[in-house]
Amino acid sequence: MSELCYFEDVVSLECDRDKCIGCGMCAVVCPHGVFTVEDKKALMIARNLCMECGACMQNCPVGAITVEAGEGCVRAIINELLGIDGPCC
Amino acid sequence: MILPMAKEVPAGAGSFRLPSADQCFVLGTVRSKVGQVPRVGSTLSRKDLRGHFLVRWNIGRDCFTVEPGLYALGDPTVDSPVLVTANYKLTFDLLRRTLLGRNVWILVLDTKGINVWCAAGKGTFGTEEMLDRIQASRLDEVVSHRQLIVPQLGAPGLAAFEIKKHAGFSVIYGPVMMEDLPEFLDNGYQASAKMRIKNFPFKERLVLIPVELMQGLQQGLPLIAFFMLLAGIVGDGPFVQAALTQGRPPSLAVVAGIAAGNVITPLLLPWIPGRAFSIKGAISGLVIFFIVFAASGIWAMDFSWPARLSWLLITLSIASWFGMAFTGASTFTSLNGVRKEMLRAMPAQFTGIVAGIILWIVSVWSG
Repeated sequence: MSELCYFEDVVSLECDRDKCIGCGMCAVVCPHGVFTVEDKKALMIARNLCMECGACMQNCPVGAITVEAGEGCVRAIINELLGIDGPCC
Repeated sequence: MILPMAKEVPAGAGSFRLPSADQCFVLGTVRSKVGQVPRVGSTLSRKDLRGHFLVRWNIGRDCFTVEPGLYALGDPTVDSPVLVTANYKLTFDLLRRTLLGRNVWILVLDTKGINVWCAAGKGTFGTEEMLDRIQASRLDEVVSHRQLIVPQLGAPGLAAFEIKKHAGFSVIYGPVMMEDLPEFLDNGYQASAKMRIKNFPFKERLVLIPVELMQGLQQGLPLIAFFMLLAGIVGDGPFVQAALTQGRPPSLAVVAGIAAGNVITPLLLPWIPGRAFSIKGAISGLVIFFIVFAASGIWAMDFSWPARLSWLLITLSIASWFGMAFTGASTFTSLNGVRKEMLRAMPAQFTGIVAGIILWIVSVWSG
């Protein structure tokens, strides 16, 4: 079975290759193989598999990666839509 | 330790503290430079396993914890590896069982009883907590090396370079799955490409079913009670008889919806058409509806077509809703994706359930 995929072209993941120093941490921490390192720079090879967990952004020492990371669960999003700071899963 | 993103420092954070040895799974203590560290083994007791069974059924899941801090597995020395984990007891227990026959230190972070991945998403399995826990355990005195083995799925909450900068420990991200840990440790902390990828196989979806089912029933039972009550009041004949005969089909529709959304959708996830979980849920709902209503013999009975349509709407809405809710347990859906799906699906689900209920009331009233 190939890897499960959700919607395409919906995630907020961006990588600034000018800032990137090619340390490769993003490729290590990503649980969906979104990144690889090519020519000493990070390269997104499977952006649609991103689940916006934020591991790459957290572990990028130069802040080259941005993503709107957060809990993608129904309760959290309903709270967000209602503008309340309620309990989540 | 205070970092720029710090909100507030909990009282006593960072001051020296070892976990209590007076916990049911602690076997004794191990001498270290900083004192007696509680020692645990790899064998799980019957009580541990009973707890695992219960939390898999969503019972006592909010308070299934171990005290945070440093533990010894076997007889570790100053050179033994340090593995970091969460204080959800299920996680802790499975970790010590996985590390059978090894001598390691286990540093348990206070994640409020939440597993590593979810806690990392919330930030409780995070940089600050790890820095505090390293300091509170005087880890730099317990071991002579400066390495921490951290689960890869803890990475969303952690900045490895901050740990290095503030505590002097290098974070080494271990494999995604605990079962790969022995191979990872034996290979000089090298994870293969396969160990870095999170899949969502049938077996992992299967263990989630009891919790899914319990959560579905929690929301579904009040609706069933509502249908029974209303059927008793509005339907023909004595209250109990009307409640049971007229209330049975919509109640069955609710059960079919839960079965489709919380059992069939998770189990058959890759094989059900559609990318949106709400669509997968509705498709499962359609199939389960006809199976359940044909098998129960209700479809062959003398009910009006508006009544039949109302049951179908109820099943489809509920199945779609719970199918969508399973995104929260899945391992590959994104925040922006789920938000987009919910904004599209929720109006349809809401319209469906309201229309179904109204149509059903009208059919009972006029029937």
